[in-house]
Amino acid sequence: MLDLGELWSPIRLTLELAAITTVMLLIIGTPIAWWLARSKARWKEAVATVVAMPLVLPPTVLGFYLLVTLGPNGPGGWLAGLAGGRSLAFTFEGLVIGSVIYSMPFVVQPIRNAFEAFGERPLEVAATLRATPWDTFWSVAVPLARPGFMTGAVLGFAHTVGEFGVILMIGGNIPGETKVLSVAIYDYVETLQWTEAHILAGGMLVFSFSVILTMMVLEKRMGRPGL
Amino acid sequence: MNAGEARIDVAFAGTLGAFSLDVSFQAPTKGITALFGPSGCGKTSVLRCMAGLNRLTGKLTVGDEVWQDDATNTFRKPYDRPIGYVFQEASLFPHLSVRSNLLFGARRASKKANANALKFDDIVALLGISHLLERAPLALSGGERQRVAIGRALLSQPQLLLMDEPLAALDRMTKEEILPYLEALHESLLIPIVYVSHDITEVERLADTLVLLQDGRVVAAGPLYTLQSDPELPLLQAPEASVTIEGQVMRFDETYTLTTLAVAGGELVVPGHQGAAGGLRRLRISASDVSFTRVIPRETTILNCLPARILSITSHGGGNAAQVNVIAGLGEDGNGARIVGRITRKSKEALEMVEGAQVFAQIKSVALIAAKSGSALAAPNSPSR
Repeated sequence: MLDLGELWSPIRLTLELAAITTVMLLIIGTPIAWWLARSKARWKEAVATVVAMPLVLPPTVLGFYLLVTLGPNGPGGWLAGLAGGRSLAFTFEGLVIGSVIYSMPFVVQPIRNAFEAFGERPLEVAATLRATPWDTFWSVAVPLARPGFMTGAVLGFAHTVGEFGVILMIGGNIPGETKVLSVAIYDYVETLQWTEAHILAGGMLVFSFSVILTMMVLEKRMGRPGL
Repeated sequence: MNAGEARIDVAFAGTLGAFSLDVSFQAPTKGITALFGPSGCGKTSVLRCMAGLNRLTGKLTVGDEVWQDDATNTFRKPYDRPIGYVFQEASLFPHLSVRSNLLFGARRASKKANANALKFDDIVALLGISHLLERAPLALSGGERQRVAIGRALLSQPQLLLMDEPLAALDRMTKEEILPYLEALHESLLIPIVYVSHDITEVERLADTLVLLQDGRVVAAGPLYTLQSDPELPLLQAPEASVTIEGQVMRFDETYTLTTLAVAGGELVVPGHQGAAGGLRRLRISASDVSFTRVIPRETTILNCLPARILSITSHGGGNAAQVNVIAGLGEDGNGARIVGRITRKSKEALEMVEGAQVFAQIKSVALIAAKSGSALAAPNSPSR
């Protein structure tokens, strides 16, 4: 018999994780992207490389290091200790930290590209019109980079939804806490619950298709500077 | 320029990339000062340093305000300088409407409100952009965009307007469309303008003061007219050498549709009705349109034939070139306006033309290049900091 509550729980968890991760990524990723786009520091490409690492690292490798970091003997454990816990591994908070690192390049890269695309000129114009750098950032740079933010947010969200390896390594399979969609599907297949697996997998298929389609349409529309 | 008069003092030295710059000049705090020279002579760099967009060591004072002085480690950031800057490309913000573009600087400047601020409606009317306000910048023509950019710079209530070849990116037709607006600005605006150009015709139409630049150095600086008739300067060697002088409308001859204008040392007749008596006009006399005679010519089609005295003669191209440049002062004593004529060395010797000789200057054509009148717009208060 189909248990809808059991099916819904990983979906809700996944959406929560992806939403929180996306917001965190926009907050953390924007200054990083700005710095990477504007800085003349020689070592900035080294920083860019670190940000891009999750693109090529096997999720298990990243997951392994995250497990060590978040575990009771790492900084994550110390952080958890402040809140009365023992470890950040196998918690929802741990998943958020892992997802932020894992999805970082998908958010930072499009925003950085967008910041680089409009060049120095609009910023110089704003400066000659009495706008301070902080003012210029909000009134000129962010609106001009809007397509980059859209792409980054959509990619960051979707990539987090599709996460599997890292989650399995640092989150395990705790229902309602760390059992997200991709893990749930894996679970259902393992236990031969094909109907449930079909529903979730089919849903993911539709979701992925809509995300990519939305993005392509958005990009086409944003290609013309919007007004 | 009197020592006590308010002025702009500019001195920058240093290297930008592989280019070395070492300039120093003064500009008056009224009228248009043109930075003129070939591409790559450093004029844009000077302008960017004045705006604070680039930094070279040096000093910049505008009126009694110090904007940069490395001796006291003073450097005001671009957004702390009351400037307007017009770039070669209009560079409007594509995410804002024309109106919001125009108000971008105005809103930020209004915090330090000026009593006699340049009014939005006046500027919009002066630049002829009132019908464009709700449009998107991308929906404008090149000329319209540049006019909006000029308006945007003006509405930030600058005390100094910096213009970096605002017409260079435009085609000839569009240039002709914008020049009258710039001339109107020139006449109605009480703030100084520093105008970078490599096009002598723009300079002739707009500039009062000229700073000649070459290879990152100042070759000469002074009133446009003085530099144009200076035998030592490269301006005279240009194929299109000319002088720009000011004339006042005296009377209009209805029978022949001719206007007589008074210039220093004489009167000139030009075709057409050139406005009411008393109006000031800027006249351009090309060196190739001026010839000289020793006696007053009796039967000639040339209307303008004025007594003059030769002030100097220099070879055009050096050595035994075929042509010479003759600088003559109008009037029998030669104290009037200076004009330049280009004649052959052969004629010069045949007529025994030497410095100090009495001659008659025949001016085949006089071009009116700008009206020198118009209602004055208010300028922002002078700094009171």
